[in-house]
Amino acid sequence: MSTTRTDLTTATGAKAPRRRRRRSNFTKKDRAVLFGLVGLPTVLHVLFVWIPAILTVLLSFTFWDGIGGVKNIHWAGFQNYSQIFSLYEAFPKALRNNALWLGFFAFVPTPLGILLAYFIDKNLKGSKFYQTAFYLPMVLSLAVTGIVWDYVFRTNGLVNSILGDTNSESAISWFGDPHKNIWVVLGIASWRHIGYVMLLYLAGMKAVDPSLHEAAGIDGASDWYTFRKVVFPSLRPVNVIIIVVTVIDSLRAFDLVFIINRGRNGLELLGVLVYENIFGESSRIGWGAALATMLFLMSIIPIMVYLYQTFKADE
Amino acid sequence: MVTSKKTALAHSITTVILTFLGALWVVPILWTMYQSLRPYGEVLKYGSFSVAKTLNFQNYYTAIVQSEMWRYFINAVVVAVPAVLLTLFLASMVAFVVSRYSFAFNIPLLMLFTAGNLLPAQLVFIPLYRIYLAIPVPHFINENGVLYDTQLGLILIHVAFQMGFATFVLSNYMKTIPKEISESALVDGASVWVHYSKIMLPLLRPALASLGVLMTTWIYNDFFWSVALLKTGNKRPITAALNNLQGEFFKDYNLLAAGATLAFIPTLIVFFALRRQFVAGLTLGSTKG
Repeated sequence: MSTTRTDLTTATGAKAPRRRRRRSNFTKKDRAVLFGLVGLPTVLHVLFVWIPAILTVLLSFTFWDGIGGVKNIHWAGFQNYSQIFSLYEAFPKALRNNALWLGFFAFVPTPLGILLAYFIDKNLKGSKFYQTAFYLPMVLSLAVTGIVWDYVFRTNGLVNSILGDTNSESAISWFGDPHKNIWVVLGIASWRHIGYVMLLYLAGMKAVDPSLHEAAGIDGASDWYTFRKVVFPSLRPVNVIIIVVTVIDSLRAFDLVFIINRGRNGLELLGVLVYENIFGESSRIGWGAALATMLFLMSIIPIMVYLYQTFKADE
Repeated sequence: MVTSKKTALAHSITTVILTFLGALWVVPILWTMYQSLRPYGEVLKYGSFSVAKTLNFQNYYTAIVQSEMWRYFINAVVVAVPAVLLTLFLASMVAFVVSRYSFAFNIPLLMLFTAGNLLPAQLVFIPLYRIYLAIPVPHFINENGVLYDTQLGLILIHVAFQMGFATFVLSNYMKTIPKEISESALVDGASVWVHYSKIMLPLLRPALASLGVLMTTWIYNDFFWSVALLKTGNKRPITAALNNLQGEFFKDYNLLAAGATLAFIPTLIVFFALRRQFVAGLTLGSTKG
């Protein structure tokens, strides 16, 4: 990666003086083509992603039942927010579950994925097999993941069969018990997340200059010591990306709990509550928008970190 | 290097642990496939954790023919193929301009696209849903005459969202292509369009292939947008259709296992056949920069 960096800086450095000459060379047609090449995709992206995003933030300050037209929108100030905090029973549960999701992801599957990458990178024998096994969950959709794991955790599923009680009266209800189900779901989500972290890490480790390894080896450092003191710090960009991915995935979580029980009874998440307020029995656009805006505010920090990490080399 | 007994032992222990974990990782998938090959009646009688007396493809036949699951596969193709092609085309255009010319807007534009891709879908879909209800389309696309509940609408949001990621990846890739190639073209007096379509686009092929594989999988696996923007069950692609099938197959879990297996088999085939592209696509976007 360090080579890419230097290439980029020299390239941009050398480009500056040439710029004026080239720009004056643009014909009218070239200008029109350039305008189209950038303009068309940008308009589509802004129109379908950014404008709705901004409208959501605005809608979060209004009352709207969604039935009447735009004329029925009334200014609400911060009332949607204060109502959500004081009246909405599912909200604290969802907030807690999202926080739990983030904390769990940060401390369990993420380090595990890094650890696996470390061992797989070292242990080349048969690494194709484990790598494939750990990558597999990534290609399954979260909806399929929910169904597949249902066969493992349902009342008469694999786990209860092994535990020896599949009686619907007495057996453990892994998805039905509101104190257990979130942990089961976190386990399932980790099944996917570990492979992703591992993949990012393995790719990053391949890019580490091998001479660093050798130098450490000559100094008599152990593998683990080399990893901690040499490899891990040099993978800072990958580490930042993993943190960002972990935070954003924890905020966006939706599919898995939705397919399991539509995000109820212990599996409440902010992402599901937004959906429920728009398509649920009572349509409360203002609440949905306020919840989505909160999700947005929480995602701003990881997004900014990501942008900073990614673009600081170019500036 | 000297391999001592201790490190050899440590190596074999890691191998054993990793093999065990790897095997554990695929258990849920194999278990579901096993259930899909068994008749429901037998499972009711002996429990799911039993040696099968009958193993056949009856559930698959029922799912595809009687429950008309083939329909959802066609929907998936109808959505994913145009969405991926259009995304790659539009993203390559922006990536070309920002990586080959130095305009002041290059970095802010790339940031806009990259950040847009990271926004939560929930933030976008509330007004989008209302906008889709207000945008008129010809009746041969949708009998209700609006963009909501059409596959076209689903394609558009996939393109708009995925473009952010694809632009970022392609522009990074293009920066690694030597400037000299562009310069010799410009000396020959190539127009901007020729420079893009005849010179840069062919060089992008490996990156386009990796991204194409990755985004096809993502769009095929999409659940949220299909559920939110398509009301009619028959229009939904397979992944989102599992939500209705789950209700339909409620009484026959082994049939649902066959449905789920059918849904993930294409992604498994893609993964095994094009694993390198898949992995490259994921790492292109994250570790470069």
